[in-house]
Amino acid sequence: MSLDLSAIKSDFPIFQQKVHGNKDLVYLDSAATSQKPNQVIDALTHFYRTSNGGIHRGSHALAERATMLYEDARSNIASFIGAEANEIVFTKNATESINLVAYSFSNATAKKQQGHALSDIEARFVVGPNDEILLTEMEHHANLVPWQELHLKTGVQLKFIPITDDGYLDLETIDTLISERTKIVSIVHQSNILGTINQVEKIFAQAKKVGALTLLDSCQSVPHMPVDVSQLNPDFMAFSGHKMLGPNGVGVLYVKSDILQDLSVFITGGSMIEVVHLEHSSYAKGVARFEAGTQSAADVVGLSAAVDYLRKIDMQNVHEHGLDLTQYALEKLQESRGVKIVGPQTMKERGSAISFVVDDIHPHDVGQFLDADGIAVRVGHHCAWPVCRRMAVPATTRASFYIYNQKSDVDVMIESLQKAQKFFGV
Amino acid sequence: MNLESLYQEIILNHYKNPNGKVASVDSPDAVHHVNPSCGDEITLAVEMLDGQAHIIFNNVGCSISQASASVMFDLCESQSVSKIMEIEDSFLELMQSRGQGIADDELLGDAIAFVGVSQFPARIKCALLPYMALKDAISREIEGVSK
Repeated sequence: MSLDLSAIKSDFPIFQQKVHGNKDLVYLDSAATSQKPNQVIDALTHFYRTSNGGIHRGSHALAERATMLYEDARSNIASFIGAEANEIVFTKNATESINLVAYSFSNATAKKQQGHALSDIEARFVVGPNDEILLTEMEHHANLVPWQELHLKTGVQLKFIPITDDGYLDLETIDTLISERTKIVSIVHQSNILGTINQVEKIFAQAKKVGALTLLDSCQSVPHMPVDVSQLNPDFMAFSGHKMLGPNGVGVLYVKSDILQDLSVFITGGSMIEVVHLEHSSYAKGVARFEAGTQSAADVVGLSAAVDYLRKIDMQNVHEHGLDLTQYALEKLQESRGVKIVGPQTMKERGSAISFVVDDIHPHDVGQFLDADGIAVRVGHHCAWPVCRRMAVPATTRASFYIYNQKSDVDVMIESLQKAQKFFGV
Repeated sequence: MNLESLYQEIILNHYKNPNGKVASVDSPDAVHHVNPSCGDEITLAVEMLDGQAHIIFNNVGCSISQASASVMFDLCESQSVSKIMEIEDSFLELMQSRGQGIADDELLGDAIAFVGVSQFPARIKCALLPYMALKDAISREIEGVSK
């Protein structure tokens, strides 16, 4: 089924403007953040206009209504990824979600060192210099730096699945990279810079064999394709609301329910407690343990509206539309003189983010030219600096697509690239 | 949007034929500065001889940062530290002028062409990168000399 593109685009008020005077806005930066449909914006304002109250506290009508909307949103978002409501923790963003997991390691390790009793689950999170964390060379800084910090605090060793020259994970050595020493395998589902969709099932199956935990960074996959945790079977999965039509400031951490009950807490304070004394406390059961302080309820409700919007289009359709545009853009870019794609050159295991370099024009200058024509792309290292080093480019230009994009957006970009090449005389 | 004001001819000429750039900078006193938002990098070393700064650098990055380093080299090579500080201050002022320029522009020579850059907030850092590296390298060199 092809999407009703004009109906979809008209739901996004941001496209009603002209940029730089008289240019139509061509937004090719959804991998950084997506635009928001009226349905999401309305859900936010409706919450503040009619239902704003402190969730999980107070017994007045508004507090009750806000709590109900917040918890309904949790169930809705859970079912969107094939999870149960009691497995969905709301965070600020995927970065915080991954930090929560990394801190559960350092916190369990510190408690052990202090001689505190640990549950069987917590004991799996105790790490030292003889243990390993397995990542990939393809990770966004959000799934790299928290583990580097864990290494500094505990001595745990970091290992990396390498990238092949054509931008895929090299699984040749996976059997030796995953061993009894591996405590967690934390990998990106779709690369935000190369566009590669990683075949995580095989890696996760190997991890389970040795008893390692698994985390999937699905920031670039959940917004663009059907993702079901019951199929991929990670212990943790992190994604951000703002990349999937939702508001800024709300992220999700899926935690498998049997682990969640005993996981060391991360951010502590109000709302996450059971009984508090001056010198010690016990903590709430379930997801509440991980939601300290007043939560961003309106944003959670907004994300739920985004999920409704995507579900109505159907994620399979969203995915196919993205693949169509990606295929078209790959062809057009490959036909262009002096343009090289960084990452998979074909549609094999590939999603809708395309990085490229233009001979003799730095990405920052490419981006400036595109911007002058009203085209928004991302330039730089895309918070994946090690990937740029691996692919031997200082930076790239990245075009990424979503449901409000169409093939003519690609054409406009190609035309603008040619103008830049002419200007710089290359 | 006026791209010509950003990419003035002088800037493009310096970008295509940069002055002062060397293949690699091996000095142990070299500084390495990066622009983390876009990955521009410069490695720069200064040697003070008879009160004059001698500059070498190697850099990767966009046209603005490359051209800016070249112009900076032309302005600052073989100058005294006080003159270089004067140039740096004026250039910083120019970058903060939001396209208005500055009253006293004699000091800046070709660097005046960067006035257009000051209208593009994301690019100001590109233009300033080499100046920040030079400032850092000079203060290290001076500290090293006084030790």
